[in-house]
Amino acid sequence: MNEIPVSIRSEPPVTVTIDGAATTVAAGTTILQACGGRGGDIPTLCYGDTITPKNACRLCVVEVEGSRALVPSCSRPVEADMVVRTRSERVDHARRMVLEFLGSSVDLSLTANVAGWNDEYGVDLDRYGADAATVAQPVKVDNDLYVRDYSKCILCYQCVDACGEQWQHSFVIEIAGRGFDAHVSTEHDVALPDSACVYCGNCIQVCPTGALMPTTEFDMRAAGTWDEERQVVTETICGFCGVGCGLELHVQDDTIVKVTSPEDNPITHGNLCIKGRFGFQHAQNRPG
Amino acid sequence: MDLKTRGVEPSVAERSAVDTVLGTDTSHRPHDRIGGQSLRARRHLLLPTLHAVNDRVGWISPAAIDHIAERLDVSPAEIHGVVTFYGLFSTTERPTRQLHVCVDVVCRSQGGVREHDLPDGARPSPCLGMCEQAPAAFVTEAGEPASRTAIGGLSADRVAELAAGAPVPQRRRPATATVPQSGDPELVLLRRAGRSDPLDFDAWVADGGLRALEHARTIGPEAVIDLVDAAGLLGRGGAAFPTARKWQAVRGQAATPRHLVCNADESEPGTFKDRVLIENDPFALLESMTVAALAAGCAHGWIYLRGEYPGVEATLIAAIERFRTEGIIGTDFDISLRRGAGAYICGEETAIFNSIEGFRGEPRNKPPYPFEVGLFGAPTVVNNVETLMNVPSIVLGRTSSNRRLFCLSGAVAAPGVYEVELGLTLGDLIGLAGGLRAGSELQAVLLGGAAGRFVAPDTLDLVLDHDSVREAGLTLGSGVVMVLDQHVDLVDQIRRIAAFFRDESCGQCVPCRVGTVRQEEVLERLASGVRQGDVELLADIGRAMTDASICGLGQTAHHAIESAVVTLGVFRR
Repeated sequence: MNEIPVSIRSEPPVTVTIDGAATTVAAGTTILQACGGRGGDIPTLCYGDTITPKNACRLCVVEVEGSRALVPSCSRPVEADMVVRTRSERVDHARRMVLEFLGSSVDLSLTANVAGWNDEYGVDLDRYGADAATVAQPVKVDNDLYVRDYSKCILCYQCVDACGEQWQHSFVIEIAGRGFDAHVSTEHDVALPDSACVYCGNCIQVCPTGALMPTTEFDMRAAGTWDEERQVVTETICGFCGVGCGLELHVQDDTIVKVTSPEDNPITHGNLCIKGRFGFQHAQNRPG
Repeated sequence: MDLKTRGVEPSVAERSAVDTVLGTDTSHRPHDRIGGQSLRARRHLLLPTLHAVNDRVGWISPAAIDHIAERLDVSPAEIHGVVTFYGLFSTTERPTRQLHVCVDVVCRSQGGVREHDLPDGARPSPCLGMCEQAPAAFVTEAGEPASRTAIGGLSADRVAELAAGAPVPQRRRPATATVPQSGDPELVLLRRAGRSDPLDFDAWVADGGLRALEHARTIGPEAVIDLVDAAGLLGRGGAAFPTARKWQAVRGQAATPRHLVCNADESEPGTFKDRVLIENDPFALLESMTVAALAAGCAHGWIYLRGEYPGVEATLIAAIERFRTEGIIGTDFDISLRRGAGAYICGEETAIFNSIEGFRGEPRNKPPYPFEVGLFGAPTVVNNVETLMNVPSIVLGRTSSNRRLFCLSGAVAAPGVYEVELGLTLGDLIGLAGGLRAGSELQAVLLGGAAGRFVAPDTLDLVLDHDSVREAGLTLGSGVVMVLDQHVDLVDQIRRIAAFFRDESCGQCVPCRVGTVRQEEVLERLASGVRQGDVELLADIGRAMTDASICGLGQTAHHAIESAVVTLGVFRR
């Protein structure tokens, strides 16, 4: 979360040692937040600014003295006198393996930073062989507004949480199955139009891997015309109602190609409704 | 939340099955003033409701899911997610008879049918906790009434007959066969094994039942905790945490009501001691729980029993009912029984909370620990069955808790549950079970279950106590001592262990979800010839799972395999 944690009991600040340097932070701060303040560079994948961390990917693990296993920095609050190491042979090994496990089973081609991390941690995907199991599957295109490409899904749980109790309270998708067969699914895997989906697109907003994508972007990528270099992002306020949600209009060649919402917006935290996220056609209807 | 269902009515059987758990009162609807909240407060009845439907019709249809969604005001997608989590449920129609044949480590070493040789109509199952009677199977027959039966001593021919629809045998194995020591006056935990009808309440009381509870009420909670502390009782579920500290920590929490969860989800391959304990002395478990609840200040008790123990379930239902009738529970403290549905992970101390609450049985992040935020967010004690069963005699003055149960299985003359004083050697313990079977030579011992480690024959002088075992880099775990003779294919055993963890991983974290799959793949390659780099890759995979998984499942999923590679040298041969 972007907010600075506020402790109701106003506990005193906590001093911890991170990579040999003492740091004093507010009680309740996570290790990741404490490191961020120092310009740290802990990699994260399933962590999102607007969702309570599920610590499922385990890429952000660090060593904490006295802890038998490595610790997910995204969700572990600091404790007094904690001694943390954000880089060590052990930490690097775990991060390398997480990147190899995901890289060998999931399409990470649209996931930010992965190429750099693969170099940094010495990832070798070839050693898993050509027969290594993957989650490759056809893209689900079952409505006009967005597509679901679960070949790119790392099961970060963010879309489930955004659809459910953390934001939208629609509970349209949930993890189904178990183990490597676990996957994001509607009930009985019905198509979205048959589900309770309200097309707020808040799941797209939090998806870190491009598994969920507006149809506009999906089609342009398929046609080879998607070009973020040529896009301008304009911030504005949604005019559909009086809430005042912040919009980011992604414009390419004078055409809105995608709408997002600023995650640090105090009203929306990145969330929108179907109108704000998908209702932009009227703004660019041109005389025929 | 707006529920969206498909408007397909459930069948009469489905509706009446749901009503047996949720009742027939449907006056509250999701959009009443208080409706949704009052319905959702009953979400912990989701798992029992799913069992009721599955028992009645054999599977859980979309219409049944939609109907339950409306009754509990929980979205169909969430219920679908819960149903698909459990191995004993199905979202597709299937025959009313389901034959689950154990293909796990013990049964496959004892002539059990392998997964690829199963006849049509039979499906492979992880360990069924019937290891002293290996090979074993579990048969469910949906209907009204449903039947669920565990069967031991199964030949391949019998498996084929059962798969073809043969009647299910209903015979009870005498307790003395599973507890060869029964009658030994030294026994504490197993003292009532084979002695009389376990559900004869008067005989149990005459034999000292309820004395510990009466004494506990006299001396009070703090004194009970002191006694348990002085006796040095450590948890028997595998982690060996001091029981008194757990109770004290929960007692010290301000929040109420607090919960006590008895973990009877015994699913560690090779483990069957809790089943035997409850079968032989159900009232003692209930008394122990009542004492524990008194000590830790818990108002609600829960027994989470694995779904494959139908006999134990029937025994517990009767025992709980009798305790209520006698007024021992039901006022200040009551006990609810929950049946698992085929998920090893639900024995993890926080996954068990999610399962009871009606969510997918995924482990929670720790901290916060159960003593502060546990079941329903309240302070919670989680104790294993064997741990609890130690309590009465400690309260009545036994000063040490060094007695402990071991599950002897495999190539020993007399497989069964053995109660011993810690401090004997592994060789002594195997000797107690009659030594190796005639014609068997010791190849290895699996100590502590699939989450434990293999040891070589030169380890027979290992002293079985917590310190010695820890120094040797081993664990007593859940007390599994599985003896493997020269006929057992070790590579096949570790591939089965890898498959077990791949099946049972909940899928929440990457190291375990993908690591267990990669581990199995590399073992498959190694089984057909060692390839450059694969032994190192296997070690890398194991290290990442051990270091970076969320819970104990992933953290131990490589231990047995590592020990087979490093200690036994399976790929050096």
